[in-house]
Amino acid sequence: MDMILIPAVNMAPILPEILLSVLAMILLLINVFSPGGQKSSLAYISFLGIIAAGVLVAIGWGVHIESFSGSVVLDNFATFFKMTFLVAAGLAVLISDSYMEREGCNQGELYPLILFTVVGMMLMASGTDLMTIFLGLEVMSVSLYVLAGFNRANKKSNEAGLKYFLLGAFSTGFLLYGMALIYGATGTTRLYKIAAIVGQMTVPSSNIMLVAGMLLMMTGFAFKIAAAPFHMWTPDVYEGAPTPMTAFMSAGPKAAGFAALLRLFLVALPTLQVEWSQVLWVLAVLTMTVGNITALRQDNIKRILAYSSIAHAGYALVGFAAGNGTGTAGILFYMLSYAFMNIGAFAIIILVSKKGETNGNVSDFAGLGFKHPLLALAMTLFLFSLAGVPPAAGFIGKFYLFSGAIQKGYIWLAVIGVLNSAASVYYYLRIMVYMYFKESTEEFEWVKVTAPVALALVIAAAGTLIPGIVPSVILEYAQMAVKLM
Amino acid sequence: MSNVLSLTTFLPILGVLLLLFIPKDSKGVLRNVTFAVTIVTFLVSLLILTGFQTNAEFQFVENVPWIAAGPFIMRYNIGIDGISLWLVILTTFIMPIAVLSTYTAVEEKVKEYMVCLLLLETGMLGAFISLDLFLFYIFWEVMLIPMYFMIGIWGGKNKIYAAVKFFIYTMVGSLLMLVALIFLYFKGMQAGITDFGLLQFFDLKLDMATQIWLFLAFAFAFAIKVPMFPLHTWLPDAHTEAPTAGSVILAAVLLKMGTYGYVRFAIPLFPEAAHKFAPVIATLAVIGIIYAALVAMVQEDVKKLVAYSSVAHLGFVMLGVFAFNTEGITGGMLQMINHGISTGALFLIVGFIYERRHTRLITDFGGLSKQMPIFATVFMIVTFSSVGLPGTNGFVGEFLILLGAFESQLRWWTIVATSGVILSAVYMLWVFQRVMFGELDNPKNQKLLDLNAREITIMVPLIVMIFFMGLYPKPFIDKMDPAIKKLVAQVRVASVNTMAIPCADQSQMPAGHPGGEMPPGHPSVNMPAGHPVIESPSTQPAAPVANPHAEK
Repeated sequence: MDMILIPAVNMAPILPEILLSVLAMILLLINVFSPGGQKSSLAYISFLGIIAAGVLVAIGWGVHIESFSGSVVLDNFATFFKMTFLVAAGLAVLISDSYMEREGCNQGELYPLILFTVVGMMLMASGTDLMTIFLGLEVMSVSLYVLAGFNRANKKSNEAGLKYFLLGAFSTGFLLYGMALIYGATGTTRLYKIAAIVGQMTVPSSNIMLVAGMLLMMTGFAFKIAAAPFHMWTPDVYEGAPTPMTAFMSAGPKAAGFAALLRLFLVALPTLQVEWSQVLWVLAVLTMTVGNITALRQDNIKRILAYSSIAHAGYALVGFAAGNGTGTAGILFYMLSYAFMNIGAFAIIILVSKKGETNGNVSDFAGLGFKHPLLALAMTLFLFSLAGVPPAAGFIGKFYLFSGAIQKGYIWLAVIGVLNSAASVYYYLRIMVYMYFKESTEEFEWVKVTAPVALALVIAAAGTLIPGIVPSVILEYAQMAVKLM
Repeated sequence: MSNVLSLTTFLPILGVLLLLFIPKDSKGVLRNVTFAVTIVTFLVSLLILTGFQTNAEFQFVENVPWIAAGPFIMRYNIGIDGISLWLVILTTFIMPIAVLSTYTAVEEKVKEYMVCLLLLETGMLGAFISLDLFLFYIFWEVMLIPMYFMIGIWGGKNKIYAAVKFFIYTMVGSLLMLVALIFLYFKGMQAGITDFGLLQFFDLKLDMATQIWLFLAFAFAFAIKVPMFPLHTWLPDAHTEAPTAGSVILAAVLLKMGTYGYVRFAIPLFPEAAHKFAPVIATLAVIGIIYAALVAMVQEDVKKLVAYSSVAHLGFVMLGVFAFNTEGITGGMLQMINHGISTGALFLIVGFIYERRHTRLITDFGGLSKQMPIFATVFMIVTFSSVGLPGTNGFVGEFLILLGAFESQLRWWTIVATSGVILSAVYMLWVFQRVMFGELDNPKNQKLLDLNAREITIMVPLIVMIFFMGLYPKPFIDKMDPAIKKLVAQVRVASVNTMAIPCADQSQMPAGHPGGEMPPGHPSVNMPAGHPVIESPSTQPAAPVANPHAEK
């Protein structure tokens, strides 16, 4: 009988993934064997696990190891994104417990699922093989489908889960088809080898299989990052999903999508940059404009942030279209800042909303400013950051994204970007108008800010404000991360 | 002493920290502490004034690294010259007055109001002292936030509309400027510039097409802030809805950001383009002067009238600045300060009667002078200053502007603009007459109290300044003169260049510029301009100081 030979592999690059996977499985077991009811302990354990994983990831900074015969790599790029995912997951875990308790769906599976999502995202960021990236994407997506529909008793949540699953599966089809075509055109799935083979082609852009593969992969990822015109699922899913999961989905998976896209296009297909940057140019304009214009018309605050998250993907695409160091570092910086500011904003939404996801309209924020000044102040910070007003991280992020485009010569793209940014100010201001300029119509049914939520808010606020004033603390790392790729 | 500029700028922020420890309900303490902070800031800023050397250099410079990432290096680079000096002093001077004016006007959310005022002061001062383009942009934007909340929270009936309009108008302009700023940086990088430091960009030789685009982007942002016709529509709304202190600061300082932006950034950075667009800007300025004056004349709301008069006054400032000679720019700079004082005072006056009667309609008043003699006197002096009566500050500024503009390529524009002086006299004196004279027939007006001690205290420094600057403007002009001369020299070199370009186009690089664009525009622009501009050096040294006196 032939032995299946397992080559000696270096497990070091995926230590954080291993840690999180094992922890997730242990949590599942604890959940089964522990009496029902109190699930807070699971949240605390997963938060500690995330911190531990964060330490492991941080240790890997500056290291460059390829493993699994070149299908996984640990480099600064992966490390930076892994940190982003952990930030998103950590904040999401912190704000989940009290919300799930209130909504009566505090199932213990939530935390393992979040951790599995993170594992999937990490693999996407460190995958250097089409297959690894795909596997990571699937691990992430399948967990997310469940998370979106986690509130089983709520119809909207069910709808969100199903919708996300159907469209997600569909988009995965596109992606896989694209990968197959790339494999057909080049005969390999390793990104570096693809790059070498495409580099030897005389006119790669005339290779229809290659170009079609590229476009199909782009379509698949455009679904994941919610870029227009593949964004249709976003508002419904974001509105229906439990709010902490919406917060998580808007920050984590989007970043993961960008991580994979960036590596795929910058490492495997740099020779086609002229082609893909043109497509991304159009995609960026569409995404920003559609996101912002539709957000202007919304009243439900989750939908506002959902559409705005489409717009934010558009801003990041501006940096991607530029494809230069400034723009890509901008994406890394922006994705991390976005995790802080967006999850922070969602945390406030959770506090203001009531059981059954009522109280989710902009008008329900009326008077918050003087009833709960600290909360409103935090929300103001997050909203100004989202709007790109200094001194907040969102401004610095946009500054670098648009600078990338300008450096590349895409002046009009940058102009469209800033005009979009100005339009977005309107709906962010609208929330502030209600918070500060209008009197509350009814008494706030005051939600307790539990210690974890408070901690999440403090972290989010610090992560939004500090990089806005001294951007170097993050920006330098972002730039090192894109340099080595 | 070397950090006195930073100290002045960030003292208000320290004040904010102090306010945070004071309970919400002790309104009196909050007000007094804020007042004390602004007074201390003013006193510290006087150190700048006394330590300022009369030359064209930037002084009190602080330059330390701030952000260094990727292609960009931003530095905390600040300093002042004769142009920004007076605007800094104006800001610190107006702030205590604005704070005093809120003692009875703002009863709700006092703490938040004071925090907004102090944050605003830091934002404004920061914008005036920034010598790093990025730093300037940050302060420029940060300024918006407290003003937005001031209008939105403590404003009048339409406060939300006004606040959002104010924010979005300014934001659109400044974001386009941001794009231009980044583009300029990359252009500078190609020429070896390594950070956002403003001064090095002055030496950057940009081709005309680039300059035009960049100038337009900067000019657009500043034109919104000034505000220039036809981008002025946010101003009457913002002014009318803002609480008194907000209006005062908006008029006295915030609008100066726009004109200051032209003087400090748009013109010296892109002198050739500025020259090319001078007629366009002058046309808009003159339209603004006449149009705003006509609109002001028919206003029923005193505050709106003052708001429109602001548009007209700033039209004069723009006209003077774009004359590109020493008289014009000196006049423009003086008029910025004058407008800050006199329009600030007008808004305070409107605030006084609004607090008493809770109406601002002209028809609700009449004959107030019998009931409120002190108020009438104060109002009259300020009106004269606003109209530009000789002996008051308004006269010096307007006279220099008209003189400078008349000597420049803008002669015809000046002739039209002069009618604006008359119009301003018409609407200001008319409103004064309707409010102050006539029958005291409205019973509600018959019990009005005259100004109290606090209100008089507020007005005295303004009135002193009105006469001081009107009778003896020399110290002001002397301090700003070298900086202005330097600016004029920068622009003059450019004007020679612009004239030279069409020739270069024909002889050396026929295809270099889009053929039709430059040559046709130029002769028409420069023909009237060429001669006065070249002649003016001889008249310059004497003109700015001597003329106002001679006239009296």
